[in-house]
Amino acid sequence: MSKLFIALLSGLLFGAGLAASDMNNPDRVQGFLDVFGDWDPSLMFVMGGALLLAIPGFQLILRFRSKPVLGKRFYLPLSKAIDKDLILGAVLFGMGWAIVGYCPGPAIAALGYGYEDVFIFVGAMLLGAKIHLVTKKA
Amino acid sequence: MFDAFQNVNYATVLFGGGLIGLSSVLLFAFNGRIAGICGMAFSLMATSFSNNVWRIVFLVSLVAGSLLYHFLSGAAYPPAPNTSLPLLILGGLLVGYGTSLGNGCTSGHGIAGIARLSPRSIVATLTFMASAIVTLYVVKHLMGAVI
Repeated sequence: MSKLFIALLSGLLFGAGLAASDMNNPDRVQGFLDVFGDWDPSLMFVMGGALLLAIPGFQLILRFRSKPVLGKRFYLPLSKAIDKDLILGAVLFGMGWAIVGYCPGPAIAALGYGYEDVFIFVGAMLLGAKIHLVTKKA
Repeated sequence: MFDAFQNVNYATVLFGGGLIGLSSVLLFAFNGRIAGICGMAFSLMATSFSNNVWRIVFLVSLVAGSLLYHFLSGAAYPPAPNTSLPLLILGGLLVGYGTSLGNGCTSGHGIAGIARLSPRSIVATLTFMASAIVTLYVVKHLMGAVI
C-alpha cells in the first residue's frame, strides 16, 4: 500500500514538473530542438533542474543503501551493452520526438488536456512498441 | 515562432525540472524503481495486471499532476501538436518503436540513467538528442514541412 502511495506521489510530482517546465508543450520542445533556427534554450533548465537533484540523490542511495526503503531490491536495467539496438533505438526515438514534439512522458501527461491528436499519438506510440515487442520474439 | 529569451520564466522551468528529479529519486529510494515512462507504459502490454498496479497508479497520477499544476498555478494548457495526421502517426510509431528497442526515453535514460552515471544511458541520451536536432533541421528547414 505504501509503495502505491509513493507511486502516486512521484507520479503527481513528475506530472506537475512536466507542466511547470512546459515540457508538455510540443512547440516549446521543437523550439528547443531548433538549434540551427530560432533556438529556445529554456528546456536545458528542465534537465539541469532534474539532474541537480537526481545525480546526488541516486549516488547517495546507491552508495549507502543495499535495498530501497520499502522494497526488496533495486530494479536496475540488466543490460550494460552499448550496442546496435541502443543506438538505433535512440536514433529512431529522436526522429519521432522532433517531428511531433512529444517524448513518452509529456505525451501521456498531455492526454489530460483532451486533444484528439494526443490520443492518436499515444496510440501510435503503443503500437510502435508493440510492433517491436512482437517482432523481437519472432 | 516565439522569442527565445523572452516569455520564459526560467525559475519556473528550473522548478519543474526539480520536481521531475525529486520524483525520480523518490521512486528509486522508496520503491527501488526507475521512473522511466516509456518502460512503464510498455510494460502494461507485456506483463500481467497484478504486476502493473503501481505503474497504472504512477501514469494516472502523471496525468493528474499536470492538470493539478495548471489548476493551482492558473497557467493555460499548452497547445496540441501542429503536426499533420500522417506525420503525427509516423512520429508516434517512431517514438514507440525506438524507445522500446533502445530500452528507454528522456526520463529513463535522460534522467535516471544519467543520475546513475550509466554509460549506456549517457550514450543513448546524446544519440537521441543529436538525432532529434538533425531531424528537426531536415524536416523543418530543408523540407519545409509544418511540424
